[in-house]
Amino acid sequence: MKKSGAQIVWECLVKEGITTIFGYPGGANLPIYDAMRDYPQIHHVLPRHEQGGGHMADGYARVSGKVGVAMGTSGPGATNLVTAIATAHMDSIPMVFITAQVTSKLIGYDAFQETDVTGITLPITKHNYLVTDVEDIMPTLREAFYIAKSGRPGPVLVDITKDAQQAFVSDWEYDDTQIVLKGYRPDFTPAASSIQQAADLINSAKRPVILAGHGVLMGNAMSEFKEFAEKNNVPVAMTLLGMGGFPAHHPLNLGMMGMHGESWVNTAIQEADLLLAFGMRFDDRVTGSLNSYARNAKKIHIEIDPSEVNKNVRVDVGLIGNIKEILAQVTPLVEKNERAEWRKVIADLKGETAVRDIVNLPDSGHLYAAHVINELRRLVSRDTIITTDVGQHQMWTAQYFKIEEAHTMVTSGGLGTMGFGLPSAIGAKLAKPDREVWTVVGDGGFQMTAAELSTIAQEKIKVNVAIINNGFLGMVRQWQEFFYDKNYASTPMISPDFVKLAEAHGLKGLRASTRAEAQVAIQEAREYPGSVVIDFRVEQEDSVYPMVPAGAALNEMIRRPSVIVETPQDE
Amino acid sequence: MLHTLVILVEDKPGVLNRIASLFRRRTYNIESLTVGHTDISGLSRMTITVEGTQDHIERLTAYLYKLVNVIQVEDLTNRKMVSRDLALIKVNTQTEKRTEIFQMVEVFRAKVVDVTTESLIIEITGTDEKINGFIEVMKPLGIIEMVRTGAVAMERGSDSLINLPESGFEKK
Ligand SMILES: Cc1ncc(C[n+]2csc(CCOP(=O)(O)OP(=O)(O)O)c2C)c(N)n1
Repeated sequence: MKKSGAQIVWECLVKEGITTIFGYPGGANLPIYDAMRDYPQIHHVLPRHEQGGGHMADGYARVSGKVGVAMGTSGPGATNLVTAIATAHMDSIPMVFITAQVTSKLIGYDAFQETDVTGITLPITKHNYLVTDVEDIMPTLREAFYIAKSGRPGPVLVDITKDAQQAFVSDWEYDDTQIVLKGYRPDFTPAASSIQQAADLINSAKRPVILAGHGVLMGNAMSEFKEFAEKNNVPVAMTLLGMGGFPAHHPLNLGMMGMHGESWVNTAIQEADLLLAFGMRFDDRVTGSLNSYARNAKKIHIEIDPSEVNKNVRVDVGLIGNIKEILAQVTPLVEKNERAEWRKVIADLKGETAVRDIVNLPDSGHLYAAHVINELRRLVSRDTIITTDVGQHQMWTAQYFKIEEAHTMVTSGGLGTMGFGLPSAIGAKLAKPDREVWTVVGDGGFQMTAAELSTIAQEKIKVNVAIINNGFLGMVRQWQEFFYDKNYASTPMISPDFVKLAEAHGLKGLRASTRAEAQVAIQEAREYPGSVVIDFRVEQEDSVYPMVPAGAALNEMIRRPSVIVETPQDE
Repeated sequence: MLHTLVILVEDKPGVLNRIASLFRRRTYNIESLTVGHTDISGLSRMTITVEGTQDHIERLTAYLYKLVNVIQVEDLTNRKMVSRDLALIKVNTQTEKRTEIFQMVEVFRAKVVDVTTESLIIEITGTDEKINGFIEVMKPLGIIEMVRTGAVAMERGSDSLINLPESGFEKK
């Protein structure tokens, strides 16, 4: 069949099983948009900014496990996607970005809306392509999808010139033969001897701790993971992105590690004699100072990307490959063990800290973010999807919104991208229309992509927005409080009336300033048929505790002060 | 320590950029870089010399392998190898040092490839040290201009370093 390049783009998307894409039109990708009417099986979502579209596709991918697809036109359309691409790259999200490029003859002549997008995105994509010939569109898109989802997933960008979109292939047929890329190696299997070595280390360890990362979820290894942990009773510490890989309520689950990890989690890691790093990459936010990191622990690293092994932390055994398969091989070699003594040591570390937790303090009339998130957790179902923006509210969500199920938490970990929360929630909702979806955002980050409320209205979907409104760029204010003498330079922030903003978009807006109001608002939002934006007016100068200052040892934490200073009521 | 890496890459647009970008992004400094075709269709060969500890170079190798177009990376530093650099050196011959210049060309087994009444172009091939040595000798005799190719390297012995089992590459 005769097909245009633009049609081939859609044909390839259909063949890849894509049912929803997020894109924004412009001059250079008009042929693709013109051909869209022939492909009603694909739902196209129009964001209000390409960054939003990119994050939507990202959220879509994170909860569905499918490849997320975002499109933009040449020049500014493509550059607006850059933040979304970098976000996906840092968190290893399988995505394909399709950008349009000016006509091939004009490339290099600074044509209108010409940008070297493959050049710009080279270090923030897993791979990228410039396609100038219509014949190359199909093979390139096939490779792009294959690379995006295989091995350690990541974003792939395909930049297609306008003339390639407009040209025709006379007898086009889809090629579904196996893709072979000469220099690409997504699959590794560790040697049997290394597996045995790992099992021996586990069997002889007295104080092991598992560090469970995003790889457990990405590798769909949740059941193998649970079987392993339970057989040998190894306590589990979670990374931010690992949450959901192991149920929060499980007695072996210690909670989040790292900069805002609870003291018992970080202390357990520091005192361990064996660390089992499963699909995580020893980011500086989880290790603290490397010189003092878990000095007496041997380390086993299960990882799909060889370049991550021995990168930040030297390990004793590196098992490179598919975590699901590796765990299935390791578990039978591991002995049953109660580990009663070690688990008691950790349990004892917990006791004293829990009392100081803000949610356990009597109601002073002040609303804390922790209360809001705690209430939210209590009121919504376990399979509710929660996305976050970046900042204090993100850490509070990680601490208080106990994640029980896989792929129900969506957050920008590696890049820490403000503006991610709302659009990623839209993508998540479109991927899982039957699920309740909430996004927890700060007043600052929300305003970076708040225009996407309009996308919610246009898509007629229900996404609830919980704004943790502290009147500050809270996380930065916290650093200024701790490390810069409370010099609150450019962190106080004025916001519009969020209730009216919601209403202006045809959505419902609510406000809550006390614990009682918070509970009522959450209930009301859940029952309301459309999307609801809640402005939670929380304590302005609350901080996330505990905190390991950047570069300090993991167990050198700033703890919540025992005397809490609150904003005067009349403010 | 200076390492000599041989990197086999697919001959595709932008590959050189990807490699160079990786070195920059991971904060490695390229000392020299050469690239050219091989006797295998679609396969280019780079020789890159780079400063770093053994550990740094192992990391670099792992990062290089992440690039989709990189086929093979070999560190020849601690192997028996032949490494050659080529320099063209234009020298001023309008001085009383003219005879001395010719003597040095003899001693270093270099070659004169262009002669005018005022100047010579000398071609010299050899290891980095040999060329550095020659340049040091030439400096006081009046270098007008100089260019070097950077090292190319090959392992000694009868085996090929290129290891492409069933990868779909064919000899030209
Ligand atoms: C795009 C972007 N710009 C700047 C930052 C730096 N940053 C990290 S957290 C933060 C404050 C966020 O404030 P807000 O959205 O109000 O959330 P809060 O911390 O108060 O919960 C800032 C500015 C960032 N992470 N992303």
